[in-house]
Amino acid sequence: MQIQVLGSGCARCKKLHELTSEIVKELELDAKVDYITDVSKIVEMGIMQSPVLAVNGKPVMIGFIPNREKIKDLIVKALE
Amino acid sequence: MDLFYPIQLFSDWLTFGLLNLDKKSIFGSSLNFFIYDSVKILILLIVIIFLVSFLRSYLSQEKMRKLLTKKYLIIGNVLAALFGIITPFCSCSAVPLFIGFVESGVPLGVTFSYLISAPMVNEVAVILLFGLFGLPIALLYAASGITIAIVVGFLMGRMNLEHLVVDYVWKIKAGSMGQEQKPTFKERVNQAYIYTFDLVKKVFLYVLIGVGIGALIHGYAPEKFLAQIAGKGNILAVPLAVLVGVPLYSNAAGTIPIVKSLIEKGLPLGTALAFMMSVTALSFPEMVILRKVLKLKLLGIYIAILSLGIIFTGYLFNLVI
Repeated sequence: MQIQVLGSGCARCKKLHELTSEIVKELELDAKVDYITDVSKIVEMGIMQSPVLAVNGKPVMIGFIPNREKIKDLIVKALE
Repeated sequence: MDLFYPIQLFSDWLTFGLLNLDKKSIFGSSLNFFIYDSVKILILLIVIIFLVSFLRSYLSQEKMRKLLTKKYLIIGNVLAALFGIITPFCSCSAVPLFIGFVESGVPLGVTFSYLISAPMVNEVAVILLFGLFGLPIALLYAASGITIAIVVGFLMGRMNLEHLVVDYVWKIKAGSMGQEQKPTFKERVNQAYIYTFDLVKKVFLYVLIGVGIGALIHGYAPEKFLAQIAGKGNILAVPLAVLVGVPLYSNAAGTIPIVKSLIEKGLPLGTALAFMMSVTALSFPEMVILRKVLKLKLLGIYIAILSLGIIFTGYLFNLVI
């Protein structure tokens, strides 16, 4: 399982990385949250916003939604 | 009737009724001014940001990009500047957006039109101007912002600057998202709700501080004191105002209420508009981020032309109004 936060290094991107790491711990998932600042990876996914949350290489959240439950929900759904 | 009259009643009741302050005292009138402005702006922020963010869920960046790749003289710039008004813009997205646009064939000049319009004509700035200065000034600001975005983008497009984009940008292959999922109505409302409260929470503190300082100036600064130092007679006032605006980026919300009081004290409107545009469009953090995709020379050209555009607008309004 691979969880990635892709961002250009802005404040919202860092926030998303923190939140995601916390959620992964909370759910006791066997995954490391990678923080990728190489913007070309975002563009290669066909996305023009930052940050992006991706589970197993698939974007599940584009742009930052500052809601813990929502992010948790998206990760759980993506894993099903 | 004034739509905001009930807020004035509330503010009067609070300051002169409940707190029993003297209507003629400086403190009383400053506090009254502070409560009225902050309540009014809070309501406007919540209502308008919610509406805008709900409506914008219908315009995807994918659709936008498709429209902008069609190359008609200047029409691309006009469309890009208009899209810039409704789309949210966080400087974090500047780089992926720039690459995504340029990669898929959106002309460089059109991309710049968007990059100028998106932060400059943003909903928070326009709401604050509407709430504090009224509709005509808010529209004047938006119209000049859009015009600058169109003209600057168009000029830069004519200069053939593609070779000044950092090389790796041209090598990236933009992927495709495939099928975009259509959110349901409920999801759109929900997203807009979350977005609105996040944004309002973030800017409202600055608004309060700005309105607070504005109220102090309103009550305590001598009448027309700015007319002497920064009035129309001072030819350097406009460029200076633009320079002062650059580092104030994150505080656009706090700056506008202060500007309102400065205008009351004699700051000419054109100078004030130029200042506000520089606060929103010429932000230092965004320039640092853009350096990742623009060679230094191109970044310099961009900043120079944009600054000239803003300064010109400032002079123009000082002359006309």
